Order: sequence, then C-alpha cells, then structure tokens
Amino acid sequence: MRWQSEPLLVVDHLSMRFGGLVAVKDLSFQVGRGDITALIGPNGAGKTTVFNCITGFYKATSGRIALAHGAAATPDAVDVLTRSDRRRTYGKNPELFLLERMPDHEIAAQARVARTFQNIRLFPGMTVLENLIVAQHKTLMHASGWSIGGLLGLATYRAAERKALELARAWLEVVGLLDRADHPAGELPYGAQRRLEIARAMCTNPVLLCLDEPAAGLNNRESAELTKLLRGIRAQTGVSILLIEHDMSVVMDISDHVVVIEYGTKIADGTAESVKNDPRVIAAYLGVEDEDLAAADRVNADRAPAEEGRGS
Amino acid sequence: MGNIGEALKAALIAALVTFGLAFPIVALRTDTNLSNQLVLNQRSGLALALAGAAFAVRFVFALLYPAGFVRRAAKPRSEVPPHPYLRYLPRVGLALLLAFPFIALAVASAGGPGILKVVDTYGIQILIYVLLGLGLNIILGLAGLLDLGFVAFYAVGAYCTALLTTTYGFSFWIALPIAGIVAALWGVLISLPVLRLKGDYIAIVTLAFAEIVRLVLVNWVPVTGGYAGLSDIPKPTLFGYSLGPGPDSLWTALSIPYAPIYRLAFMYYLVLALALAAYFVTLRLRTLPVGRAWEALREDEIACRSLGINTVTTKLTAFAAGAFFGGLAGAFFAAHYSFVSPKSFEFLESAMIVAIVVLGGLGSMLGVAIAATAMVGGTELLRELGGLQAVFGSGFDPAQYRMLLFGLAMVVLMVLRPKGLVSTREPSVRLAARPTRGSPAHRPQPAE
Repeated sequence: MRWQSEPLLVVDHLSMRFGGLVAVKDLSFQVGRGDITALIGPNGAGKTTVFNCITGFYKATSGRIALAHGAAATPDAVDVLTRSDRRRTYGKNPELFLLERMPDHEIAAQARVARTFQNIRLFPGMTVLENLIVAQHKTLMHASGWSIGGLLGLATYRAAERKALELARAWLEVVGLLDRADHPAGELPYGAQRRLEIARAMCTNPVLLCLDEPAAGLNNRESAELTKLLRGIRAQTGVSILLIEHDMSVVMDISDHVVVIEYGTKIADGTAESVKNDPRVIAAYLGVEDEDLAAADRVNADRAPAEEGRGS
Repeated sequence: MGNIGEALKAALIAALVTFGLAFPIVALRTDTNLSNQLVLNQRSGLALALAGAAFAVRFVFALLYPAGFVRRAAKPRSEVPPHPYLRYLPRVGLALLLAFPFIALAVASAGGPGILKVVDTYGIQILIYVLLGLGLNIILGLAGLLDLGFVAFYAVGAYCTALLTTTYGFSFWIALPIAGIVAALWGVLISLPVLRLKGDYIAIVTLAFAEIVRLVLVNWVPVTGGYAGLSDIPKPTLFGYSLGPGPDSLWTALSIPYAPIYRLAFMYYLVLALALAAYFVTLRLRTLPVGRAWEALREDEIACRSLGINTVTTKLTAFAAGAFFGGLAGAFFAAHYSFVSPKSFEFLESAMIVAIVVLGGLGSMLGVAIAATAMVGGTELLRELGGLQAVFGSGFDPAQYRMLLFGLAMVVLMVLRPKGLVSTREPSVRLAARPTRGSPAHRPQPAE
C-alpha cells in the first residue's frame, strides 16, 4: 500500500473547531505519492473542512499536516521540523513542509499544493488563456525581476512569458479548450469551466492536486471523460490527486485509496474494494441504524399478510 | 402600442411625482427686494407646467414602449470584433493631442475664447484629471479596490512639491519624482489597514484617510499654511532657463519675443507627457505578472490565493502604483498653478476621479480619457452655453445649472451603458490572431 510505504502527505490528529462545533475530530490519514486518493463521506462530514485545512484556507485548531517533496519523509525528520518553530526545511531531500503553519498562498507557491473549488472559482472576466497565465504567477514574477525587469522589457521575461504560453497551450490541449483560448472564462459552459479549473491548478506545477467535487453537476458522459482526464493527468505528470467526490461510480472507478469520514472522524480507510464492503461505510451511507432496522422489519411484517390476502 | 388606460395611469403618476417634487423647489421662490427683504414669489404655474410636461412625455413613452426599456441580450463580447477603423483611434487621438495648442490657436483666431483659456481649461485641466484617472484606474479599475480617498495622494504630491521647491529650494524636476515616490509610500501606508478589509469597508477607510490628510493640511499651519495654503511655487524651468518673461529666460536666449502662450504650451506638453507615460506604463504593467495578479484579484481573491499569489503584496503594489501617478499629478498641479490649498483636495475631487474611472468603464484607459474629457470639459463647456438663454429666458445662467445638467447626463449614461463608456476588455495576451470583421471569429494560430 503506497499510502503507507511512500506517503506524500501525512495528516496527524487533525481537529478543526468552529466555536462549539467540532467539524473535524482527531483525523489521521495518509496520501500516497502518485495515488489517486478519494475523501468521501455523507453531507456535512467535514470533507471540505479537511481540504481547507490542508490548503491553508482554515487554520487547523490542532494537529499536523506534513508534506514531503522528493523521497518519502522519515517520521524522525518530521518530528525534528515539528519541534523547531520553522514552517519548512530548505535544501533538504526530502524537502518537508508543515502545512498547518503556512499561509494559503505559500502552500500553493512553495509546498506546491493546488486546489479547485466546489463552486467553481475562475477569473470570469479574464480569458481562458489568461486564467492559465495567472496560475504561473510565481515563475513569471521571478522572471520579470519583480516587475522591474519586465517594465524595462528585458528579454529574459519575454522568453519566460513565451514558455508560460506554451505550457498554457499544452494544458488547453489536454482539456480540449484550445479553440476557446481567447474567450472570457465566464462564458464557457459549466463542464468546460470545471476542466479549465483543473488545467489552471495544473499550471501551478503541483505535487498534490486537491479537487473538491470535480464531477458535481456533470452528466454521466462528462463524468466518464473527467475520469479519463484525471488518469491522463496523473500518467503524464505523476501528480498525486486528492479528491472529494459524491459520485460513487467515479470514486470506485478511479481511486487507488479511499478514506471515509463521518462526523469529522475516519470510519474506513483502504482500497476502493475494501471500503465498499465495509459495514460501517454502508451504514453511514444508507443511514441504517437499529431503529431503522426495526422499522424496516415492521414494514416487511405488515406487507407480508397483505400480499397473502391479495393472493388468495 | 400600449393600452391607453395604462398609459394614462402611468402618465398621471409621473405628473403627480413631478408636481410633488417641483412644488417646494420651483413653485416657491424667495427673492430679496430693493430694501433687502426676503419676499416670497409664487410660481405655481411653472410647477404645473412642469407636471404637464412630465405627463405628456410619460404618456407618449408609455404608448410607444408599453413594456418599458427592454435591454437587448448582449452578444458575447468575444464574438463582436472591433470595427476596423477603431484601430486608427489611438493614432488619431495622439495626433489631436499633440496638435491641440495649434487647434486652440485656430479656435481663438476664429473668434472663440482666448487661446490661454482654451489650452488651460480644455487642455491642461483635462489632462490632469486623465493622469489622476489613470492612477485610480490601477487601484479601482484593475485591482478592484474601491478607493474613495484618491485625492489624498494628489494632495501629498502637490504639497510635497510645494514644500520641496519653496522651503528647500529644490528644482521642479527633482521634486516631481520625489512627489511621486512619497505619494507611493503613502499608498503603501494606507493599504496596510485596508489589507484585511473587503469591498465597502475599503471605501470607508480610504475616505477617512483622505479626510485625515485634508485636516492635517488645514491644521498644521506652520508647515502647510492652513487654509491660506502655500503660494509662490516656482514654475518649471528648462535646462536652467526660465520659461516666463524676463532677461534670463529661454526666449531671451533664443531672441524670441515672449508670449504667455509659450509657457502654457510647454506646461501642456509636460502634462501630456506625464499622462502618456502613465498610459504606457500601465499598458506594460497589465502584461506583467503583477498586472495580471491585480486583475485576478478583482475577479476572485480566494482563487488568487489558491494559485500562490500573495494578495497582501498585490494590493500593496496596486496602491503604490496608483498613488505614484496621483502624486505626479499633484506635483504638476502645484507647479502649474503656483499655489496649493486644502480647498483643492476635498472629497468632491475624489468623487470626480471615481466617477471618471467608473464612467469610462472600469479598467479601460481609453474610457478614462474620454470620461475625463467629457466630465471636466463638459462642465466647463456648460458654463459657456449662452445659447441656452434663448430657450430658458434671459434670467438663465448656464453656469448655475451645469452641475444639474451634468448629473442628469451621468444618470442617463449609466442607465444606457451600465458598464461604462468603454466596456470591452482587451485581453493582456492572446493565443490566436486578433479577430477582424469578416474573418472567422477565432482561428488558432500555428505554433511558433
């Protein structure tokens, strides 16, 4: 199991409280390098909260979120960094990042964790191409000498911009939006906006791509295309993918590893096959409880004589 | 054609509203008589006439357009290629701007107002507002931060130049960049409390900031002179030569007889150069990562952060860059009028600059130029429309009504073009060749 032998992201005892509400309680799981990991659970289970903690949009109440670039991190190295008051290591292999200590934009720029949103967040007034160029902000900012070199029109910046355009064009080709490159992103149909958001996240050159319900609002054909797209992205770039999804056909089809949470705690963790047959998962999803079982029995008992009556 | 009963009802309502509004404003008029007493003049007839006019207009309108104004569904912007002649607009505009003093000469010799007045009010004054508008365009138009206190940067630039040139004896040419940089520093200063705020709250904080700056200018009398302001600010020189009359002036050195228009024309070209510099720098900034980050910030701040853009520094640079141009405008203002006082930096100026940017179309620099011309030039032009006296009687003074007419024009414009005069946005980068009329709308260009 790659998430045990070669974890990219290690979430330890993560808790998130909003006032009196405990959204995530003592949650631990690992994301394997190169895996497609699905985070599933019933509505309100705290999936998006976990995402927001990983990507820095929420400051976790307690717990540790460690990400390693390069080789798998040894627990000792993570502990050493945790005891220091630093956020990350510099020039080590593996390079370690403690995401719970970093602000959101540094998580994206330095730890290279990209994300999409449940309700699509594109730059609607800017063109499709510009959306992808903005995503390459860090590289271009560097090349433009923090705008001074760019203002003077240095050749290094022009070369970097040409490269950025090529990368954007490549991703547009992958998501099939090349012919819409110069259209405002807000005018694209819904499914295309979803694909563009994924392409934009990939333009930041991430090691971990977090997708919040990528198949929401897509029909069956589009969901199948999305599955193909995600597989293709992983094969091409080796990026690890962590996704929240409600569409079980997508989850079961695509995931190497499934983590199930309910009421902010983990109830199952394993391959898609093992999770599917886990009685606690079935109970969580179908809402089967003792009272419900008893009620179901009563219904069956009532129905049986009625049917007998009709039959006679 | 609409139902006549409905139309009558709508017209009656309009007439009643007009009469209700007109009665206190128009029907009762106080005048002072010869012994300096206030006397009340009844003009109910005029109010009734206005109500009647409203009735007629509304009735006709309700008959012709029973459903009111139905906005036609706008075509997607990308499918409407610009008119081919629009390509020449920048060049024609530039040529007109460069030739403006000569056009003014032609106007003056054709019996219009004096050339000094034309160049000053219709040239220099408009261009100062263009420069201010281009500055605010970065903060409000590109980065989407509603700054209602932009005049503070204008004031900082003006007072900085005034103090540097009078008290410390700096030349204008050194004071100019310093004024810009000091204003930019103030921009960074104001952006610090603004960083944590969103939308309307930014407006309130910046408004308060501008008021603080103005009150400091009023009350710090030993330095700023209070309400009296600072005067005798030296005019710019050219390579050490004065541009005014006198023995050590450039004109004496060139043995040309001095005329006031020479200096004025020089000032005109100076502010034109500043405005063009602001234009080209903004144009360049838009294609740089920092400019794209400004626009992305306006579109969606959370998405920006998810892409690794530091929104703090992005807001900071937007305020600094915008304030820099505001400071340059202030420096020019101080040198041109040789006098600064807090009266020039009141909230109304901020409102004017915001109106220029919004009316022009957020983010559009061409829009800023057109809106500044229309707003500043338009109000000045309204002062001189003596011809309106033929319509409204000899007691009509157009200068008194100009703000009213102007407000009406703005309301109409915003109803007809809610996104501003120039609402199309030119992308900062394109993959395909720019679509032209008659060609396929989008044609992917082969890879380079």
